[in-house]
Amino acid sequence: MRFVRLVRANMFRNKRRTLLTVLSVTVAFFLFGVLRSVITTLDGVSEVGSEARLITSNASGITFVLPEAHAQRLAAFEGVRSVSWANWFGGYYTDPNDYFAQFAVDAETYLAMYPEIQISAEQVDAFLRERTAAVVGVGLMEKYGWRLGQTVTLKGTIFAGDWDFVIRAVYTPDNPSWGDESFLFHYEYLYEGSNGSISPGWFVLQLDDPDRAASLANRIDAAFENSTAPTKTETERAWQAGFVTMWGNVGFLVRAIGTAVFFAILLVAANTMMMAVRERVGEVAVMKTLGFQDRTLFGIVLAESITITLIGGALGLTAARFAFLGQNPMNTFFPGFAVGWGTIALGLFAAALLGLVSGAVPAFQAARLSVVQALRRVA
Amino acid sequence: MSSHPSDATTSVSGTTESASKATAKVLVQIRELAKAYQRDSQRIEVFNDVNLDIRTGEFLALMGPSGSGKSTLLNMLAGLDRPDAGSVVVDGLEITTMSNRRLASWRSTHIGFVFQFYNLLPVLTAYQNIELPLLLTNLSKRQRREHVTTALALVGLSDRAEHYPRQLSGGQQQRVGIARAVVSDPAIILADEPTGDLDAQSADEILTLLQRLNAEYHKTILVVTHDAHAAERAHEIMHLDKGVLHR
Repeated sequence: MRFVRLVRANMFRNKRRTLLTVLSVTVAFFLFGVLRSVITTLDGVSEVGSEARLITSNASGITFVLPEAHAQRLAAFEGVRSVSWANWFGGYYTDPNDYFAQFAVDAETYLAMYPEIQISAEQVDAFLRERTAAVVGVGLMEKYGWRLGQTVTLKGTIFAGDWDFVIRAVYTPDNPSWGDESFLFHYEYLYEGSNGSISPGWFVLQLDDPDRAASLANRIDAAFENSTAPTKTETERAWQAGFVTMWGNVGFLVRAIGTAVFFAILLVAANTMMMAVRERVGEVAVMKTLGFQDRTLFGIVLAESITITLIGGALGLTAARFAFLGQNPMNTFFPGFAVGWGTIALGLFAAALLGLVSGAVPAFQAARLSVVQALRRVA
Repeated sequence: MSSHPSDATTSVSGTTESASKATAKVLVQIRELAKAYQRDSQRIEVFNDVNLDIRTGEFLALMGPSGSGKSTLLNMLAGLDRPDAGSVVVDGLEITTMSNRRLASWRSTHIGFVFQFYNLLPVLTAYQNIELPLLLTNLSKRQRREHVTTALALVGLSDRAEHYPRQLSGGQQQRVGIARAVVSDPAIILADEPTGDLDAQSADEILTLLQRLNAEYHKTILVVTHDAHAAERAHEIMHLDKGVLHR
């Protein structure tokens, strides 16, 4: 503690250089916070689905539909408690580039199957009663400033035309990874509006016993193997994870960028500390003459380096946390995106490590400095 | 040829002061000290077989041409440099065989070093510069403050405590340097050209201060200098030339 003043004085010896170094570390750890949160959010999304629900989709891919008649056959399988279905709508509100998810769902069976989507009983009733009614996520309501009872018009891209909806219910997810920017409406409304030209995009099966999910999925796919629309059945969690993998190897990309940024900043910080120690060779020699031990000087230089990177890291991570607090643009693509405390803790650890590594060489140089040669240089 | 140990302890004759010093205990005992440097393929001998006794309370000046090894001898006395052969015993402790770690610790309590160019840390105030050696002790903050205040008063800079080196004149900076050297109350003060960067008046003030530290506080002082006037302030002047110490 008695050397704190010395460390602080050395840090502010060249204020501009220290400030620039802190800023570069700040930017790096802002990026770290965001990139790391992309990975944790993707991990969260891939685990969001239930193991107690199966998804049956077309074996040829998610862009292919299934006949509605499959619903009855699926419901007949032993172990299937209920069946629901949904389809992708793909419209937009005012700006075609402003994306959010819209699903046409079999209203009565779908909401009953998803307790994770929390809606008041009155609003559920109101939604079920009205064919043009919609259930909207609280985040989407906030984003567009919509209110309950408001009529909103979505422009269809797959199903052309203007589609009017009345917002009758607002949902809040019990897990942020579910996302709160989805828009659900009646499958029947889409069916009628498209003159019966649609079919379910996928079926959702509520199971009696999650432990039998794998065998049931195999039985279902085997039963439809020789039909006009063969199926692919998997647990909802596996299905969600499949969507995450559709992002490609984002995790690898993000980690690669993060590592590159980390090493770039490591070099910046190391260079700063090298310069800082080099310009005070004489002072280090004087301190040694006064009786400062090598390890004390090693510690003083390291403390300075770690303090700089910790300040920069804390600023960057705090900025990242507050920049993506609550509703933010990342939520659209990464439901529940937020810079969590785990990421902040990991970031601070990485910042300390960065300071340790970048300061190690100059600290070692300071500790190993020959007093006689250094004094001769400054004399 | 070096001076013989017995010659080295011979005091200036005819004074009561020197008579009393002759009876004082030997604080520093240097025996058969040798040092050479290797420059490329050439071996340069700095000195060989230097012997010297310094008694407690002596104020000695060491003169000699540039490159004669004055500073090297001073560095060895401070435990900053190691000889090729010979021994340096300070207050009964052989310092040439000590580890670097022990030497650093020993230096912080036994040696006060005054530099030609003051060598104050520019980011610290006069007070903080003087406090530096005390950070290595177990003294409390309050005790450190007492020591630093006393040292500042001793060098007449109580009103400059919060000034940074750049806000002080050369003479004032050197006084801070001296305060830093004495703040931990070492037995020996080693000064390497302490007036070399100062004008005549400031140099005179510094030498007076060193004399005072010797007379009033019984500090044993060894000053390396080129300046004959500065050397005259010492009780005795030694010469190091061509590797031979004359006393």
